[in-house]
Amino acid sequence: MAAEFDVLVVGAGPGGYVTAIRAAQLGMKTAIVEREALGGVCLNWGCIPTKALLKSGEVYETLDHLSDYGLSVEKRGFDFAKVVERSRKVAAQLNSGVGFLMKKHKIEVIEGSARLEKGERAPKAVIALKAGGSRTVQAKNVILATGARARTIPAVGLAPDGDRIWTYREAMVPKAAPKSLVVVGSGAIGIEFASFFRALGAQVTVVETLPRILPVEDEEVSKAAHKAFEKRGIAFRVPANVKKVAKSKAGVSVEIEAGGKTETLEAEAAIVAVGIVGNVEDLGLEALGVKIDRTHVVTDAHGGTGVAGLYAIGDVAGPPWLAHKASHEGVHCVEHIAGLKPAPLSAPIPGCTYANPQVASVGLTEAQAKEQGIAVKVGRFPFRVNGKAIAAGETEGFVKTVFDAGTGALIGAHMIGAEVTEMIQGFALAMTLEATEAELHAAVFPHPTMSEAMHEAALDAFGQALHI
Amino acid sequence: MPALSPTMEEGALAKWHVKVGDTVRSGDVIAEIETDKATMEVEAVDEGRVEAILVPEGSSGVKVNTPIARLAGEGEPAAPPPKAAPEPKAAEPKAPAAAPAPAKAEAQPSASKPAPAAQSADTNRVFASPLARRLAQQKGIDLSAMKGSGPHGRIVRADIEAARPGAAAPGAAEPAAAGAPRQILSLEQMGIAPGSYDLIPLDGMRRTVARRLTDSFRDIPHFPLNMDLEIDNLLAARVKINALLEKDGVKVSVNDLVLKASAIALKRVPEANASYTPDGIAMHHHADIAMAVAVPGGLITPIVRECESKGLAQIAVETKDLAERARGKKLKPEEYQGGTFSVSNLGMFGIRSFSSIINEPQGAILSVGAGEKRPVVRGDQLAVATVMTVTLTCDHRVVDGAVGARWLEVFKTLIEDPIGMLV
Repeated sequence: MAAEFDVLVVGAGPGGYVTAIRAAQLGMKTAIVEREALGGVCLNWGCIPTKALLKSGEVYETLDHLSDYGLSVEKRGFDFAKVVERSRKVAAQLNSGVGFLMKKHKIEVIEGSARLEKGERAPKAVIALKAGGSRTVQAKNVILATGARARTIPAVGLAPDGDRIWTYREAMVPKAAPKSLVVVGSGAIGIEFASFFRALGAQVTVVETLPRILPVEDEEVSKAAHKAFEKRGIAFRVPANVKKVAKSKAGVSVEIEAGGKTETLEAEAAIVAVGIVGNVEDLGLEALGVKIDRTHVVTDAHGGTGVAGLYAIGDVAGPPWLAHKASHEGVHCVEHIAGLKPAPLSAPIPGCTYANPQVASVGLTEAQAKEQGIAVKVGRFPFRVNGKAIAAGETEGFVKTVFDAGTGALIGAHMIGAEVTEMIQGFALAMTLEATEAELHAAVFPHPTMSEAMHEAALDAFGQALHI
Repeated sequence: MPALSPTMEEGALAKWHVKVGDTVRSGDVIAEIETDKATMEVEAVDEGRVEAILVPEGSSGVKVNTPIARLAGEGEPAAPPPKAAPEPKAAEPKAPAAAPAPAKAEAQPSASKPAPAAQSADTNRVFASPLARRLAQQKGIDLSAMKGSGPHGRIVRADIEAARPGAAAPGAAEPAAAGAPRQILSLEQMGIAPGSYDLIPLDGMRRTVARRLTDSFRDIPHFPLNMDLEIDNLLAARVKINALLEKDGVKVSVNDLVLKASAIALKRVPEANASYTPDGIAMHHHADIAMAVAVPGGLITPIVRECESKGLAQIAVETKDLAERARGKKLKPEEYQGGTFSVSNLGMFGIRSFSSIINEPQGAILSVGAGEKRPVVRGDQLAVATVMTVTLTCDHRVVDGAVGARWLEVFKTLIEDPIGMLV
């Protein structure tokens, strides 16, 4: 059959729908298949609605400190259903926004589940339509953007049970806020839920197998985060292994083992946040000969899978599992297909955790740099001496910079504190432009802002910090 | 400046055939362009009146896609002359480009379009990241001759890391950069007084020869294999063949026989008809044999395609035609680009033996010396025979010693007993 589209994108998450828009901008006839909701997990069940929940939690937590600001409130309280409702409204608004973008770019949205078969030059997609029936689509290029889902370990009960054991998905829409909660896994997702439910008053215990929480972050940041969360009343079991999660009278019992001792944590609910697995099933990938390595499609520098006309981007194509990485890869992939020779996918990818306090980083940690044999210069600057932070009552945390001592290149930046997720982009841009300490020292940072700590941390790495 | 071949990056405007005010029709020859290998005529693709000549006759080093003239379309008002700016920016949006974009170049724009130079033509500004600048300084790399792989040709860290100290980046191996002295001392620094010599500017061909052969000699692990061949039978056969072809006015040369024997040997030892690529060894389907032809100011290697399946008479006709047109700089790029094996013959100059430099990406080149009477040992007796020494220079990445030796053995059998070429 003749190709009906130039590009068919499978999956309309932040990777897929952005890919489709770029394809359409480049004049390619584009279609996108989505089995659930435009915007994918990110927009409907992940990044966006959790930020809405966290904002409610943050505002509520601030009420605890009102007297610090000379304020008072008669009676504080929350309506959990309304907190959840707000987050659903936010997701719904953005979901319809994606629908609008698809229409604007004349991208055909096909609601259904695609399965690929050998086609002409590129695989063809047999789509089981949501509305019933099926439709076969032959495109010149197929881009898989099927994303990922929560990893579960049913053998030890680390799987949603439809009641008290949750993944991110169930945790986003509980009927009531649990009074006690065990979070298994201390990556960004686990920590964000821990932070949110703690802000609403739950007794929260976080269990992490690795020696420290937020294990991908710089060790100093992990330590500071651990302390900051403990101060807010979150309990940690680190490192500890989960032996068994089961229903109990209280709700859930989580049996853990740490340092040879077993302990059973009782809570109303448990959240499983032990990583993710790629959505590679039921797509017909095996028959096409697509290489899959531990639930992720193996791709080349442009997202090519080795199967003619088939590409993969985003979570399904491997870590880091971040929406912005998916969109970035998707745009690159489509521009490559269009023959535009996009710059290689080498830009550093920042990562953010929107707990209270926030954590943000880009590039190498100090330990990673040393492992690579790079002689480093490290700078630090705490928010406790930053004027704006003091004025705002947000003095927790610090900025840490890692430079290559030989070349002066900024190779990593790590931050913890208020609004650091909004600031990390400054360092990401500097790294993408291949800035050295000279440019970071020469740049002017506005006063008074928390970003001055970024400048100071860059100065500090070279012994030139001014305010400490 | 049209791209007249996929690899062309710049050309010289040798001659204008039109002047301002002339009316041209599609297909009219408007100019002659000299590239590194040949002079070619450029035809107009649009009709109109020549409004301005933007690149004067005799300009060399004109980058591909630089506007060379501006045509005003029939009935269109003439575009205002560019104000002050010598660069014809005003011509960009509306005026039809006089430079015809050949269909071939259009079909593969990404392949033939050179990456934008990091240094723009009209300023001396080098676009490089701060880190790239610092690394270049640390490693002693000159950025001005480099091409960047970043957005808009910006030089980034990866480009510097890929470059060798003192050299331009691999991507920058363009004639201008590679042909120019890099960290070479000037003649004066080496004790040759200025004024004691005349300087002949490098033309495109000289630059290409310098660049390609320097790259080849430096980068390819090459080795020569020698063999003496008795050619009395070959000479006798040639006399008979030419007697038969006399009525057709065709004359087969020894070199034609060498080409034919080479082609047959390449089919019998296909490992020698191969090219090294980073992705694997390309085993060529045909023996496309390039023959080195000396031309004023350099040399060029026109190709006899699918030489293995052509008769001697046809080969003789083709080589004569190619050599003549090569000397007149009338070859088309596809006639001298893309051979799989080369033959270089200096026998007519009395050279006994020599080893040529490999013509990339070919796997080997055969150097043919003079046929001369020499003493040979037959049994235990001295005898006299016409002997020709040939040398096969091999790219060791594809042609190992034993493969080269096997090829020479087959070649020797064919030359010494030419009837074998009929089998």
